[in-house]
Amino acid sequence: MTLPGYPEAAPLAGLAGGVLIGLAAAVMLLGLGRIAGVSGIAAKAAGLGGSGIARSGAWTFVIGLPLGALVVSMLQGGIEARFASAPVLIVAGLLVGIGTRLGSGCTRGHGVCGVSRLSARSIVATLTFMAAGIATVAAMNALGMEVLR
Amino acid sequence: MTRPALPALVSGTLFGAGLALGGMTDPARVRGFLDLFGAWDPTLAFVMGGAVLVMAIVWRAVPRMQTPWLAEAFHLPTRADLTPRLIGGAALFGIGWGIAGLCPGPGIAALVIEPGAAAIFVAAMLAGMALVRLFEAKSA
Repeated sequence: MTLPGYPEAAPLAGLAGGVLIGLAAAVMLLGLGRIAGVSGIAAKAAGLGGSGIARSGAWTFVIGLPLGALVVSMLQGGIEARFASAPVLIVAGLLVGIGTRLGSGCTRGHGVCGVSRLSARSIVATLTFMAAGIATVAAMNALGMEVLR
Repeated sequence: MTRPALPALVSGTLFGAGLALGGMTDPARVRGFLDLFGAWDPTLAFVMGGAVLVMAIVWRAVPRMQTPWLAEAFHLPTRADLTPRLIGGAALFGIGWGIAGLCPGPGIAALVIEPGAAAIFVAAMLAGMALVRLFEAKSA
């Protein structure tokens, strides 16, 4: 199915993926009583502070991420993806690492868990990182910077 | 396996599968969503919408539960203050997200899609987190 006017969009696959992401967060909340986002869990696994989940759980969650992607990749016969060059990935990674620690969360912790709970902090954080991301892409496009290869 | 390990593995695997299925492991799709003033790709809104919808239902069940299924108690954030740190951090995160089209979940999940690129991103992200921790330890 496609969206009229947006030939590139994949609304059904997006919705199905979103439901799986919601179920993933539900397992964490109903099972372990936590809303742990990915940035907090990754920090915990790496021994850099982060969320209150036990380190064993942080590690198995982190291992599960590529595992789940691998299953989908195998079922679909590969996943299309274009990435930026190493210097761009380094700059972006540093900003994401610093920003998520200072801002107490990322797209999952704030964007999914916090927004669905109507947390004021999460709604403000989500609007802020969305606006910053949109402004960044607009600025890069205006400057003719094509980073994905 | 200790108690949180298995449910966390299930959660992580579901999450990674959801990201891949929804196209979020492709930075081109994520940047397409952020390209609001160009060739906008609304797919990410459907991903976010699906996830928020499920969680909005789940949150309604929480107050009726005494304890989580597999833990002694709920540990939920209680802060409600809007600080410059929160907003500044979210802005920095958003800039990094826009530059490469990757946030922490897809970055880690992409280790099986394009290992080299994903590993560079994840290493830089952890370095950024370590910098914050280092700075906080010094100023504490």
